Amino acid sequence: MTVEKLLEHGFEAVTLPDPEREIDGVYIGDLLSWVMGRARSDNAWITIMSNMNVIAVATLADTSCVILAEGVTLPDDIRETAEAKGVNVLTTQLPAYEAAMVLSGLLK
Amino acid sequence: MSEDLVFHFDVDGENFTSAGQASVQVKKNLRQLGLSPEIIRRVSIAMYEGEINMVIHAGGGVADVRVNENYIEIVLEDHGPGIKNVEMAMQEGYSTAPDDVRSLGFGAGMGLPNMKRYTDSMKIDTVVGEGTTITMRVNLV
Ligand SMILES: Nc1ncnc2c1ncn2[C@@H]1O[C@H](COP(=O)(O)OP(=O)(O)OP(=O)(O)O)[C@@H](O)[C@H]1O
Ligand SMILES: [Mg+2]
Repeated sequence: MTVEKLLEHGFEAVTLPDPEREIDGVYIGDLLSWVMGRARSDNAWITIMSNMNVIAVATLADTSCVILAEGVTLPDDIRETAEAKGVNVLTTQLPAYEAAMVLSGLLK
Repeated sequence: MSEDLVFHFDVDGENFTSAGQASVQVKKNLRQLGLSPEIIRRVSIAMYEGEINMVIHAGGGVADVRVNENYIEIVLEDHGPGIKNVEMAMQEGYSTAPDDVRSLGFGAGMGLPNMKRYTDSMKIDTVVGEGTTITMRVNLV
């Protein structure tokens, strides 16, 4: 499934510079070194963190998108950096668990 | 590649909200060299963790990345406080990160273990009060 498909399922785009990127699996976490070490390439990464370091981690760990749970969103400067670096970011009102449940259904 | 390629970076110790820039640049450079995504990912992760550690724990430093046909070598050198007990620092979960950087998502105590895990060799030279040099290699053959 591509990242942009999520827009049809209640997720909102914060910035989608690479909308056709494929999602393979999900990782949930807010501690950056755990995400670095354990998220796999192409995973959708669900988090409630929204600082600049999230963009660097998503770039380097090569996740397919960042999904901000609980209605978290990004300050403008960080959104612009994500866009420039080609990092897809979405937001949802759902808590992380419920967002993962939706993805689980879609990724079957 | 006949001659080694070398990339050098000064890592600013002031600004940890936007740290990781050297690692992001290295990732770009390695991509241009046409290295495999898996190799690039391992180098990116190891270097990022080391770069962030220099910013958070040592007030910045310098990073040198050497690429040749046999390996990629990352050398991170700082003149921070040094690491008192390396064995302890290497353990998952051990962290002395202050609260202000923990609130940004750092301080899980997973950085050094990640560096070890994603590289083929890792050497820590550290002297308390003088600084730390970490040398990591990812083999290409
Ligand atoms: N360059 C360094 N200079 C001085 N101390 C360091 C350096 N790198 C690591 N340390 C020490 O080793 C500890 C463990 O480092 P590690 O990277 O594993 O965890 P962390 O940086 O505290 O948290 P995380 O990397 O998970 O965000 C640090 O908390 C710090 O005390
Ligand atoms: Mg660390």
